[in-house]
Amino acid sequence: MQVSTDTVWKWLAEVPDPEIPVLSLIDLGVIREVEWDGETLVVTVTPTYTGCPATSIINLDIETKLRSCGIENLRLEQKLSPPWTTDWLSQEGREKLRKYGISPPVDEPETESLSGRLARLGRKGGVVVACPRCGSEKTEKVSQFGSTPCKAAYRCTACLEPFDYFKCH
Amino acid sequence: MTEGNDIVASDVMFEWLLRRGDTALILGHRVSEWCGHSPVLEEDIALANVALDLIGQARLWLSYAGDVEGKGRGENELAFLRDVWDFRNYLLAEQPNGDFGKTLMRQFLIDAYQVLLLEALEQSTDERVAEIAAKAGKEVAYHLDRSADLVIRLGDGTPESRQRMQSALDTLWPYAGEMFVGDRIDDALSDAGVAPAPESLRPQWQEAVENVFAQATLDLPQTEFAHSGGTTGRHSEHLGHLLAEMQFLQRAYPGATW
Repeated sequence: MQVSTDTVWKWLAEVPDPEIPVLSLIDLGVIREVEWDGETLVVTVTPTYTGCPATSIINLDIETKLRSCGIENLRLEQKLSPPWTTDWLSQEGREKLRKYGISPPVDEPETESLSGRLARLGRKGGVVVACPRCGSEKTEKVSQFGSTPCKAAYRCTACLEPFDYFKCH
Repeated sequence: MTEGNDIVASDVMFEWLLRRGDTALILGHRVSEWCGHSPVLEEDIALANVALDLIGQARLWLSYAGDVEGKGRGENELAFLRDVWDFRNYLLAEQPNGDFGKTLMRQFLIDAYQVLLLEALEQSTDERVAEIAAKAGKEVAYHLDRSADLVIRLGDGTPESRQRMQSALDTLWPYAGEMFVGDRIDDALSDAGVAPAPESLRPQWQEAVENVFAQATLDLPQTEFAHSGGTTGRHSEHLGHLLAEMQFLQRAYPGATW
């Protein structure tokens, strides 16, 4: 008997992100679709960043989980479009990130065109990122990239702690 | 079986996709050469992440190229089992890293071009091209913020850093023109609405880089001369050395996997 796709979604909610284990794959928003194609369960996954090394681990973890739940015929598909965005991080996921010590993405006021971004190079205002530890908004960017492709390195000038910022993408 | 659109001949589409994939791959490999050698830890991490993004983008373009070619070659065969004359990347991408400033200058010149190209490609009549461009465009725009910022900070920095950035600009500038010269491949894609004519991207690019160089206190080189040849497989001596390292494993142990 085939299990319902709702059950599969619940199973996938138990699979942690390999690099930020406080988030599930559902929190991360990378599972696009779950459906049955005849006897085969098809899970459609979207990559966060094209070169993120966690992508293949995520696929492996999905497969391991679903096989352990008794799914025999499984197919994983990759879907690029529409591209993954941090807007898909669940509210619950954002709260989990903050408690874990990673500042969640700050939505930028409006999505800007690429060429618009090109025209204002060197004159950017930048977003205010709150410290996940003390809550202060007196923070500064240390580096555009952090420990994984999805994060930037910040420092709080109030409590002086360094922290990761899950960058808006 | 070949894939792709119905409006551009598959051999033409294949050539164009190699230009996209090879430029991302070769630049990504060059940037990855910094891993473990950067001036500070944060920059080491940043360079490695930029390289990862570029290599990820190369995989998408080269997979599509392999599908269009229809001879059973995938991303790996195209990356590791071709020689210098088969590569279609711009000469700028293969130029050696030099110092940190030269690496960032090369990155900036290409990032600014890629942002404009990818934005135009999001409107491509070829659905798969549009999808890859939408994904890659977001990543490259983030790279551009960083490369432009560092060009400005190092240019408008100490006399030593300014002199190095000016020297990097003078050396690399003649390699930038190649990105804006179209040929019959570009004409075919532009006629079919798959890609913009390269020349059409120049004015916006020129304006953007001049704006950044002004903030960086750098002088724009006055030469109109542009090297060419990368997109037709006539490369500088540097690419062969790069491939010897990048392809070492497959050359020494053909078919090796892990």
